[in-house]
Amino acid sequence: MNFYTDNDSLSFYLHHPEMSEIATLREHDFAEAGQHPEAPANADEAIEQYDSVMRLLGEIVADVVAPNAEAVDHEGPHIENGRVVYAKGTQQNLKTMIDAGLYGMTLERKYNGLNFPRVLAVMAGETIARADVGFATIWGLQDCADTIQQFASDELKEKYLPRIYGGATCSMDLTEPDAGSDLQSVRLRATYDEAASCWRLNGVKRFITNGDADLHLVLARSEEGSTDGRGLSYFVFDRADGGLTVRRIENKMGIKGSPTAELVFTNAPAYLVGERRLGLIKYVMSLMNAARLGVGSQSIGLCEAAYREAEAYAASRQQFGHPINQFVAVQDLLRAMRARTDAARSLMYETARMVDRSATSKPASRIADILTPLVKLMASEFSNRNAYDSIQVHGGSGFMKEYACERLYRDARVLSIYEGTSQLQVVAAIKGIANGAYLKRIEEYDQQVSNMVLSDQQTAVLGILRRATESYKQLYEKATSKGTSDVLFEHASRALTEVLAYTIMGYLLLIDSTRSERYLDSADYTAREALGEAVKAIAMIG
Amino acid sequence: MKIIVLAKQVPDTRNVGSNAMKEDGTINRAALPTVFNPEDLKALEMALQVKDKIEGTTVEVITMGPPRAEEIVRDARSRGADGGFVLSDARFAGSDTLATSYALSKAIESTEGYDMVFCGRQAIDGDTAQVGPQVAEKLGIPQITYAEALEHIDETKVVVRRRLEHGVETVEAQLPVLVTVTSAAADCRYPHAHRLLRYAKTPVDVKNADDVKPDFSRLGLAGSPTKVKKVDNVVLAHKESITIEPTDENLSEMMHSLIEEHII
Repeated sequence: MNFYTDNDSLSFYLHHPEMSEIATLREHDFAEAGQHPEAPANADEAIEQYDSVMRLLGEIVADVVAPNAEAVDHEGPHIENGRVVYAKGTQQNLKTMIDAGLYGMTLERKYNGLNFPRVLAVMAGETIARADVGFATIWGLQDCADTIQQFASDELKEKYLPRIYGGATCSMDLTEPDAGSDLQSVRLRATYDEAASCWRLNGVKRFITNGDADLHLVLARSEEGSTDGRGLSYFVFDRADGGLTVRRIENKMGIKGSPTAELVFTNAPAYLVGERRLGLIKYVMSLMNAARLGVGSQSIGLCEAAYREAEAYAASRQQFGHPINQFVAVQDLLRAMRARTDAARSLMYETARMVDRSATSKPASRIADILTPLVKLMASEFSNRNAYDSIQVHGGSGFMKEYACERLYRDARVLSIYEGTSQLQVVAAIKGIANGAYLKRIEEYDQQVSNMVLSDQQTAVLGILRRATESYKQLYEKATSKGTSDVLFEHASRALTEVLAYTIMGYLLLIDSTRSERYLDSADYTAREALGEAVKAIAMIG
Repeated sequence: MKIIVLAKQVPDTRNVGSNAMKEDGTINRAALPTVFNPEDLKALEMALQVKDKIEGTTVEVITMGPPRAEEIVRDARSRGADGGFVLSDARFAGSDTLATSYALSKAIESTEGYDMVFCGRQAIDGDTAQVGPQVAEKLGIPQITYAEALEHIDETKVVVRRRLEHGVETVEAQLPVLVTVTSAAADCRYPHAHRLLRYAKTPVDVKNADDVKPDFSRLGLAGSPTKVKKVDNVVLAHKESITIEPTDENLSEMMHSLIEEHII
């Protein structure tokens, strides 16, 4: 078994036409070729490298992570002498990944990384999440390294980044008892200790995923007397330096393998990342975007797992003398699950490609910024719907603990909550709605498709997408009839966001279908969702 | 310590497609994906365990086969082997186990010495389990077959647990020694991502018959007393199919009849 090679979509996006350009960007025109024994000499070689590492990762996920998932869900982590001890399966997963050199995929080579682009990070993420979302959270937090790589001083980079490759786990310590969605209210204090030439952290953090990690990025109030986000700075804290107590770990509904901890910092020594006062407004927002894309990848892994569980069950379960996948009612469920998985995935890879291109392109960076909340919103909501439908296909059996769909249902629930609830993703999308950035992007996709040779079926899908776009404009007119500051616009914002997301996903799948026909059905389904949601919203609003 | 691992690239019998056999009943090698022979992979793991325990140990892999068998050397290196080469020459074609083991023993002698040789018990394409023991005999060193685990290793001796049909046996041998490893041994570790990328780009040495200075009369068909008289392709026509109820008794009866008819 191999979770990479058994999923054609992964190879499809790994070999996307834009990947050559992305590899070239990431490799700075292959400047390291010949200098470093692993550096590729051209784009084809780089993509071959991505493929070979994904094969390795896919094999480990299928052989080790997937078989451990059930026991990890039952056992969970516990506290021993003030430290979090992972479930045995989690420990084995981590060790296998570290021993295979897979940590630090996106780090530069000088920090022992593989220098892979973001597309590969999300691909690894979804592959792992298909097996175990809880483990995918622990794995995904290595994205903290990117914040250090991007913003910290050379001294801190050299100190911490090689340790990530060595398997040092990470956490992102933002939330406090009174500061969840509203991070401007963070109170944990950071004071400079002249004698020790470091900062000292004092206070409490709550709901911290992987809270007893080796390395922590901590958002803290460095400016005494300040009350808003501009008084917050970002710090890196090394668990080995002491000053941290794990007060408790939460008893959660799902992702039980991932420890969620309450932390007490007492004079904990820490070092400033980047500049003071930019903690929330710059660094956290940057990390947050990566984390939201990461949750997108977890969600898509879960969508895929839920679909596969349902598909396999429907093929084997006999009722009325036939396997139940021969009944239209079940086929409809499976088709919707397939379409959601395909749609969210296409949007995620498009976004990841934009993130990769952001390195040299402002427009790409702006597109990445507007697409990221859509990925987080739609993928996480879809994962919940797929998990629900997967149980539905299983019927009574799905309600029993024996089937994996029960765990998937619980694991999915947090995806539309953490790293910003679905409601906050809509808030993040509002600016792009009001300034027309999404519509402009849709026009660009439409332009791109207009230049392609389309089959009759593809042309029909394009027609539906254009109607959906027109309906969106009507919806927007209606929603803004009293101006964008009226509560009516706020009421309509979720529907506006979703219609845009469906339309964009429909266009992306239509473009994908020109490379592989197997995405055409999902393109058709998603386009109809876009139109249907728009028409429904027009009826509902006002 | 110097260790040599003998490994073979074999057809992946778990992934046999419909075009795996030619019309004349011979194997269509071009259509078969290839893999590292599974027990050879376990032999590599045992060798790497020695490397983990004894500092300064080197593990070299030797594989005999067509040039594309270099994939085996790359794979072994990505998992931790230090080097190796492919022994490849048209003059080896048609070798049976005797000629193969002779060629391999000459290849081993062409290296800079060895303390241990590890190989899988047998390859999944031939299933003879003869090559390992014959190599030991030609090298004039002791052999331990059916190894499941290393219980002890130091610079002069090894203690090995053997997995036999009705139990286990623990034996000790002085070095140098050849060890054949069974499927009961530990799985091989995964490749390491960095090594995987590094050795994909590193050329693999290829040695030909001249390089290992053999007695040419002992190579290939000339050196192979085993002659294949005829290869029959067992075709199970649909009309011969029977349906049985899946009870223990019926399955056991079916197995016996298949064995009696030499189908399995």
